[in-house]
Amino acid sequence: MSEVFDLLVEHPFFKGMSAEQVRVVADTGTPVSYREGQTIFSEGGHADACWLLLGGDIALELQTPGHGPQVMQTLHAGEILGWAWMFPPYRWHFDAHVHSDTEAIRFDGPRLRDAAEADPVLGFELMKRFTRILVDRMQSIRIQLLDVYSTPR
Amino acid sequence: MHPVPCRVRSVVRELDDTFTLDLEPPSDGWSFVPGQFTMLYAFGVGEVPISISGDPGDPTRLVQTIRAVGPVSDALTSVAVGDVVGVRGPFGTAWPMELAEGRDLIIMTGGIGLAPLRPAILHTLEHRDRYNNVTLLYGARSPGDLLFAEQLQQWRGRFDLEVLITVDHADRTWRGPVGVVTSLIGRASFDPETAVAMVCGPEIMMRFTIQELERAGMTEDRLFVSMERNMKCGIGLCGHCQLGKFFVCKDGPVLSCAAMTGACWTREV
Amino acid sequence: MSEPLVIDRQGVDALIAVLIDRGYEVVGPTVRGQTILYDTITSTEDLPVGIRDRQEAGSYRLEERGDDALFGYVVGPQSFKKYLTPPGTVFWKGLRTEDGFETVEADPPPRHAFFGARPCEVAAMRVQDDVYLPVGDGVYTERRERSFTVAVNCTEPAATCFCASLGTGPAVSDGYDIALTEVLSGEHHFFLAEAGTDIGEDVLADLSARPAHDEEVVGARRLVVHASDHMGRSLETDGLQELLSANLANSIWNEIGNRCLTCTNCTMVCPTCFCSTVEDRQALDGSSAERVRTWDSCFTLDFSYIHGGPVRSSPGARYRQWITHKLSTWQDQFGSFGCVGCGRCITWCPVGIDITQEAAAVRERDIRKVAVGIPSVKEVLE
Repeated sequence: MSEVFDLLVEHPFFKGMSAEQVRVVADTGTPVSYREGQTIFSEGGHADACWLLLGGDIALELQTPGHGPQVMQTLHAGEILGWAWMFPPYRWHFDAHVHSDTEAIRFDGPRLRDAAEADPVLGFELMKRFTRILVDRMQSIRIQLLDVYSTPR
Repeated sequence: MHPVPCRVRSVVRELDDTFTLDLEPPSDGWSFVPGQFTMLYAFGVGEVPISISGDPGDPTRLVQTIRAVGPVSDALTSVAVGDVVGVRGPFGTAWPMELAEGRDLIIMTGGIGLAPLRPAILHTLEHRDRYNNVTLLYGARSPGDLLFAEQLQQWRGRFDLEVLITVDHADRTWRGPVGVVTSLIGRASFDPETAVAMVCGPEIMMRFTIQELERAGMTEDRLFVSMERNMKCGIGLCGHCQLGKFFVCKDGPVLSCAAMTGACWTREV
Repeated sequence: MSEPLVIDRQGVDALIAVLIDRGYEVVGPTVRGQTILYDTITSTEDLPVGIRDRQEAGSYRLEERGDDALFGYVVGPQSFKKYLTPPGTVFWKGLRTEDGFETVEADPPPRHAFFGARPCEVAAMRVQDDVYLPVGDGVYTERRERSFTVAVNCTEPAATCFCASLGTGPAVSDGYDIALTEVLSGEHHFFLAEAGTDIGEDVLADLSARPAHDEEVVGARRLVVHASDHMGRSLETDGLQELLSANLANSIWNEIGNRCLTCTNCTMVCPTCFCSTVEDRQALDGSSAERVRTWDSCFTLDFSYIHGGPVRSSPGARYRQWITHKLSTWQDQFGSFGCVGCGRCITWCPVGIDITQEAAAVRERDIRKVAVGIPSVKEVLE
């Protein structure tokens, strides 16, 4: 457990949180690893966790009839995978496909939610960080939607 | 205002609608600095501004990359080896190659925006000892839309240049990142306190990039963009390319965000 | 320069004759279809003798004065830029050859004497000098250097005139070869003639003119000073450059855009507007092509077109571009205003949009002022 704590307390994502807050979060985390080609979760599945990626590449995919899996976005070391654990009905919106062997810390969603409910200050610290992820992804998707590199005529 | 007839030495089809012309330079001793453009003239059709995409260290070749988006660029991309096109220039301002010396350099580009930055990259590689970490962050529409794909591959093999490429759309056969080019910023090694950034791409991409680089700690005086406006004369005379107080053809195309004082944030300027 | 001379109408005719004799094509005001335009003149008979113009926003009428004044009107829709950068000028011709193509120079231009140039016109030419001469534009430079200017000081400004606000009139101060001041009072009708250059003095020497008496000079000067105090409009220039550059986001532009027809009239009649485009005219058989320069306007959609669409699609953005260029960014670019106060854009705007009014309206609704103008609670309580 202290191994997870040591990782988190140094990590930019948790910068600004107190050691005690990080300890609460670290208590819900477990080191995990995934092999290339594995699927961590699938669209529609129960969202009960999030991951801090330490190494490797994850592709968020959507299955499209006739075209196979389309990659919406890739996530890499230092980034957070998964936010659906925060909001009912806790369902994954994409498939998380392992592009290359991945090391991560997996946080238990229900326990994180309980911790946040019990300590609103911690809850707000987490909310700020996850909202930032949501805003960044929304901005990215907006730019991608504009298809700015296509040839206008 | 007379174009110099220049012979086409080779034509390379880079993408479906994008071609690179290798031209005989207009004169002996002709030279340019990274970031500049020429006015290319298709006989009887018209003239358009095209950025120079070749090596500034090689004065024997005038290399220009053109995307066919209208009648003149259609005509220019339909030329054959041995044909003649008219050339005026070079015109415009340069990327701040000297300012970047002794610093980390971030080159961020999207789509065909890589073309006007290639001379800057080539210059950097030729004088590699003058620069600290050099990172190229490149975003394209899809893996099939990567400009200069072979050269990118070569650059990726170098130890003194970090090349990160992302695409907007891909299937599983693409092994690299998918997402906007700004998502690569976190993976680049640079000191935001001193680094210089050169940015070229569609205007929306550049605005988005400036915001993200500022969020990463960079300041406007070290952020440079290459602006696109309707350039007709190249010498600040026809008025078309005005952007606030700037004639983009002669005060730009490379402008620092500090000099623009927010002009790019105001609608329809 | 030597002392002022006095000539009468015959003297003015003699002046025109001398200029023609010296090889100039004399161009000056003449009535064409209920309007005063610039065209070739050969004597004072061609001038709008005894004619006055009534100008207001969106309105222009000529009427009889009931006297023999040669210069009893101000400026019509045209300026001398039609001779200095003629629309349709062929830059060069290209001929297709075995080897590709070659370019051929265009023919040399005529020598023009600009006759009856108002001080605002002379000022406008000097403004355009700063645009064209430094870049060595061949078309303009050659025509300008070969030209001769006979200026006429203004004594009766129109309701649309505001040159006094910009210091460009009603007296011509520089940039002329000969300046005339028409004096018409009762029995007296004469012209004070003054040289501004050596060549102007040389031309005046060819006329049989007597030196002016002191009271004639004083009388003529007084008429010009009187004109200065009777401008139909005014433009507050204090802080104008910063005012406009700080108000790009003002909502006023959209409101003006709702009235503006983007007809381009203001830019066509403006004596300083220099925007142009160059197009190719190709022979049907493809054997030759001409590069032809025509006037362009920042009010057209095409003007700011880059692949995909125009940068300035809304009329408001185009009006903002025009007025901020005239009164703000021109300062950054050339160190002067791009406006000489001639009032043409006001008269010839079909919906009567008035540059002086709109500049004043922006001042009134300065977004900086509005932002800092909201009193704090503390201020209200005090």
